[in-house]
Amino acid sequence: MPELWQLTISEASERLARRELSSIELTHAHLDRIAQVEGNVRAFVTVTEEQALQQAERIDRQRSEGARLGPLAGIPLAIKDVICTKGTRTTCSSRMLEHFVPPYDATVIAQLRAAGAVFVGKTNMDEFAMGSSTENSAFFATHNPWDLKRVPGGSSGGSAAAVAAGEAMGALGSDTGGSVRQPGALTNTVALKPTYGRVSRYGLIAFASSLDQIGPFARSARDAAILLQAIAGHDPRDSTSVNEPVPDYQAALTGDISGLRVGVPREYFVEGTEDGVRQAVERAIDTLRSLGAEVGECSLPHTRFGVAAYYIIAPSEASANLARYDGIKYGFSLRHETDDLIEYVSLTRDAGFGTEVKRRIMLGTYALSSGYYDAYYLKAEQVRTLIKQDFDRAFQQFDVLVGPTSPTVAFKLGEKLSDPYAMYLNDVFTIPANLAGNPGISIPGGFSAGLPVGVQVIGPAFGEATLLRVADAFERATDYHARWPELPGARPARKRR
Amino acid sequence: MSIDRDTVDHVALLARLALSEQERETLREQLSAILEHINVIDTSQVPATAHILPLENVMRDDKVQAFPHPEVLVEQAPAHEDGYIRVRAVLEHE
Repeated sequence: MPELWQLTISEASERLARRELSSIELTHAHLDRIAQVEGNVRAFVTVTEEQALQQAERIDRQRSEGARLGPLAGIPLAIKDVICTKGTRTTCSSRMLEHFVPPYDATVIAQLRAAGAVFVGKTNMDEFAMGSSTENSAFFATHNPWDLKRVPGGSSGGSAAAVAAGEAMGALGSDTGGSVRQPGALTNTVALKPTYGRVSRYGLIAFASSLDQIGPFARSARDAAILLQAIAGHDPRDSTSVNEPVPDYQAALTGDISGLRVGVPREYFVEGTEDGVRQAVERAIDTLRSLGAEVGECSLPHTRFGVAAYYIIAPSEASANLARYDGIKYGFSLRHETDDLIEYVSLTRDAGFGTEVKRRIMLGTYALSSGYYDAYYLKAEQVRTLIKQDFDRAFQQFDVLVGPTSPTVAFKLGEKLSDPYAMYLNDVFTIPANLAGNPGISIPGGFSAGLPVGVQVIGPAFGEATLLRVADAFERATDYHARWPELPGARPARKRR
Repeated sequence: MSIDRDTVDHVALLARLALSEQERETLREQLSAILEHINVIDTSQVPATAHILPLENVMRDDKVQAFPHPEVLVEQAPAHEDGYIRVRAVLEHE
């Protein structure tokens, strides 16, 4: 019998519906689990115990009154601290927003509240979602539950670690260049970046607006489908959200991928991809073949230029988006007596932002400044066209593309901090889908020396149902997604004594 | 190619960042090193993509929607008074 915190969302919601389990019990199980492992994992910036228990109680009461509730009713979830939650501080793991309490909910939060979800807390991240290890948090680093000396990936490392450690049944993150998929890969979780425009960005604190997209973390493809179902759809408050019908994602989980045309981009198996990652992904591709998929090689020739284009486009957009933090309207403000407005704003921003955020603001401001626009920003947008054309060509021949999510398994804390470009290369296989807007999912694909390897499945725009079908079929043939890390201090028996 | 110190100072002013000496020196070396990676590909014949969706001019009615508690917004400001945000003078005055 698994512990309550080990249940998937779909298992728990069946038991809740049959009244064999209450949301209060389930929520307590997760809060206890947080109390046990959080000292080692450090996934949360804020744990909202009181709110969670109130939400759980309300759901239990509604259920006892005979209300018909959906699959997320009473389910404990964690939310990346970049998504605005009314009345609960939302820090972006930055000094700049350390005490910011949003006066409104992001649309995804309003949707999850309406679905009856229980929020156990807000998760740690790289400051303003800039990073691939969660080490750029202004508060503390999050540790990978599979090896506490290693990073959980980033920037949504707290959400990924919380789900991997059983501190939440699912979570939301945001993915601008791989910030959901890469930590998903490094923590053995299912992590989905939807098509740009599939999920509303209203209330997602902006990093790079043409790339940002909110996506779920889960421990099964079915759970990811349930979460995506709740948050997908058009929102008049986000003019870039797309008015396309939302399919029934669970209905897509047929287990049948026979005849599915799977392309394997050769550029994803080049120098820089670790042998252990390559071998695990090749075994995963063999599994897909054994399930009836038709596997063929393809080419995304401009892959290696994606990182260069991204580190112009994303900082450029960030430099504009982060201009709003001026110490005047909200957020951190420096106590400094001066009548000089520019001096005051500049001192506040220097003190409120961390090193990586300042580096990216400087990169973006430089790339957009007079005389350099054509050389950098325009050129990066031209490369963006080439990357989009790569995908468009590949999807004429294939239904999905499969490769590694990240070129490496989880690396050690501190290992890549001194070399920004080495850190940026973690996202070489995830960035292209952001630049082209395509959906991508990272699924638990195997292990290399005890550390998880993520397999990325990329689809054409609005192909999320197919990605989830592939992920689900793969889970039926493997047990990687169901494995748990061993965490110190995590023996349930010890606590009861 | 690294950029000169005057350029770093100019960009820091544009970005409104009162960077330390050491930060300025580090960024002087890093900025172009990071950006130069783009200059290995010829894109002279390629159109630019600013945005991947085929959306153009999403319009809506310009209707006022009242925010239920505007005072909560003003109270977010570090300095506020009588429902207004206090700021330093933007324009010079005699």
